[in-house]
Amino acid sequence: MMELDLPLIWAGIIAFAVLAYVILDGFDLGVGILFPLFPEKHDRDVMMNSIAPVWDGNETWLVLGGGGLLAVFPLAYATILPALYAPIIVMLLALIFRGVAFEYRWRTKRAEHLWNYSFIGGSTLAAFAQGITLGALVQGIEVENRAYAGGWWDWLTPFSLLTGVALVVGYALLGATWLVMKTSGRLAIKARRIALRMTVATIVMMGLVSLWTPFLDRLYLERWFGFPNILYSGLVPVGVAGCFYLLLRGLLKRRDVLPFLSALGLFVLGFIGIGISFFPYIVPTSVTIHEAAAPDSSLMFLLVGAVFLVPMILAYTAYAYWVFRGKMNPDEGYH
Amino acid sequence: MFESFDALLLARIQFAFTVSFHIIFPAFTIGLASYLAVLEGLWLWTRRQVYLDIFNFWKTIFALCFGMGVVSGIVMSYQFGTNWSVFSDRAGPVIGPLMGYEVLSAFFLEAGFLGIMLFGLNRVGKGLHFFATIMVAIGTLGSAFWILSVNSWMQTPAGFSINEVGQFVPENWWAIVFNPSFPYRLLHMVLAAYLTTALVVGAVAAWHLLRGRAQERAGIMFSMAMWMLTIVAPLQVLAGDLHGLNTLEHQPVKVMAMEGHYESHPDGAPLILFGLPNSETQTVDYAIQIPKLSSLILLHDLNAPLDGLDTIPEELHPPVAIVFWSFRIMVTIGMTMVALGLWSLWARRRGTFYTNRGLQRLALWMGPMGFVAVLAGWVTTEVGRQPYTVYGHLLTADSVSPIAAPAVGASLLAFIVIYFTIFGAGTFYILRLMGRLPDDDIEDDIEDNPIRTAGITPGPAQKEAF
Repeated sequence: MMELDLPLIWAGIIAFAVLAYVILDGFDLGVGILFPLFPEKHDRDVMMNSIAPVWDGNETWLVLGGGGLLAVFPLAYATILPALYAPIIVMLLALIFRGVAFEYRWRTKRAEHLWNYSFIGGSTLAAFAQGITLGALVQGIEVENRAYAGGWWDWLTPFSLLTGVALVVGYALLGATWLVMKTSGRLAIKARRIALRMTVATIVMMGLVSLWTPFLDRLYLERWFGFPNILYSGLVPVGVAGCFYLLLRGLLKRRDVLPFLSALGLFVLGFIGIGISFFPYIVPTSVTIHEAAAPDSSLMFLLVGAVFLVPMILAYTAYAYWVFRGKMNPDEGYH
Repeated sequence: MFESFDALLLARIQFAFTVSFHIIFPAFTIGLASYLAVLEGLWLWTRRQVYLDIFNFWKTIFALCFGMGVVSGIVMSYQFGTNWSVFSDRAGPVIGPLMGYEVLSAFFLEAGFLGIMLFGLNRVGKGLHFFATIMVAIGTLGSAFWILSVNSWMQTPAGFSINEVGQFVPENWWAIVFNPSFPYRLLHMVLAAYLTTALVVGAVAAWHLLRGRAQERAGIMFSMAMWMLTIVAPLQVLAGDLHGLNTLEHQPVKVMAMEGHYESHPDGAPLILFGLPNSETQTVDYAIQIPKLSSLILLHDLNAPLDGLDTIPEELHPPVAIVFWSFRIMVTIGMTMVALGLWSLWARRRGTFYTNRGLQRLALWMGPMGFVAVLAGWVTTEVGRQPYTVYGHLLTADSVSPIAAPAVGASLLAFIVIYFTIFGAGTFYILRLMGRLPDDDIEDDIEDNPIRTAGITPGPAQKEAF
């Protein structure tokens, strides 16, 4: 039998889970981030309804990211989480505020505005904390004797603050294009206008982060500009430019689905870009995928299940999205 | 702030706090998901509208509880890493894949079909909707299966070796998943979840019966809940007894703490009913005890010798008073459940089941007691596992993250403030929903419409909004 590189396979699966989380929860966090721009109750009801049936499944990918890391890369889990203690705790608490708003907001009229704030604040703060987490990870985490060895505020730098803001902007773009796709009338027109602005902001943010990253560590510089790496790493910016073109074209030509798909493409390419910088590290630049991996018996046991279960999950998740497909009808059920 | 505190103690308090809050929701939603599946099945089978009404009533409450369970559960999946990183690194290879299976086989199933169950009846039709409800119920049970396997392995570890960096390496997955205490703990917890739900449903029904409202619906709910209690509460006593015997075999020190046996009893140990465990003098003060009964219960022999905590080095004692008391709270509530079940049976035979106000009042007061019993039971087993995280192999003191006390203290404070605020508000909304059955039309701040989204019949508040 051919020797399987189990840690590498699992790195791919975990990366897929994190990407799935980022794009799926990304658009529903984005809807929360955009709430302040839509002050009318009617608009807000429609916006929330458009994500209510799916947000919970979207957040499950985050649990898979965390739980999966514990299962197959315990050393990475045990060093990244203490290193990013504060932003992760803040993210978890922010997700509580926004998660309960889906139910609480409909249970009261007197306090509805409070749960609107809870939804807005929770969504925005969760996105910001995730962006900081990402930035701090890219900067690198110090590990000695299988434990985090840095200081408690190492995660807080101008770069991580920039990635924090960048992710809020990016999620807002995903949210706006989601609304373009799912809503109609005045709401969709407004969402399109916002999506255009968010596109410009995302271009600026992606540019800043991309220019900064190679100068954080020699490894990244080599990856991106060393020869022959540049031949394939150079494809990423080309793809990003293509997605931006399709995104702008879709928005200006009043297409419904294209802008959302293009925005997803941007996130996928950005994610691949991060992968190019990291590989083969899982805790940059301290621990590699193979060093962090659990024993093969752990990797194999979970892989057997994952091979069957992940396609099933994708199938019924797709089905759930299909059940609630198409434009939201704001009048449906009100007659 | 917090500099003078012990980071280990703060991390333990934080885990105890967040997990205790979290378990309240699954303890209720595991039972409620099954109850919803039964109600929808009855509706499809009998075509009686009343079952759909009851289904919709509990569905809204389920949605609220489930949401709170999800967000408090995400916290748990990261707590191991933030506060217990050494434990995660060492035990991750064994417990991680079990939790991975929990996510892959249970969480996604629940979340994927929850949207359809809550919002999709008009979109997918009755058959598929019923299927979605069943999937949600199976998901909640699957989640219980895996997480109890994890917990049981930490209590009675099996099927592993230890490698050169101190990690637990899985050798035999069958032995790990079905470790010695797992079947007993799983049975005990699932029955506890069903009883907790039955007590809540019974209390809500009793409330409406006592107030003379919605008699048909409340009556059906009350009857279903009391049948559940009558049958399952005695089974739970039996399951608890078996679990206790299993604990005696694998974790005798925990049983010593539960029983308050500081001293060894070479010729028959007494059952201490009540008393004040005193860790200074290593005695139970003011003990009320029945001679030799403990030996009879645990070993089925009046004169069987039982070792006490005096045979164990003191640094390996669990905190005796906590375990001793939480165990008694759980058992007392359990016995009251049995009594409530028997009383309801007697009232049925007398034909006074729907009119006996004493029975209804007791059912009302017992409403929250399932939660108390579940928490007390978990305190017994988890505090009784101390001073270990992985029993006999990894000390709690050696499991903690290298995080300074101020960081753990600040996050603990944030968790406490936010959990009480957020989940307090949720409890308020749930109680308000429970206080009304769909056919009560009292105008107030509530929107008790079926859960809103496209494709669902309008609720009063939504009409007002337009």
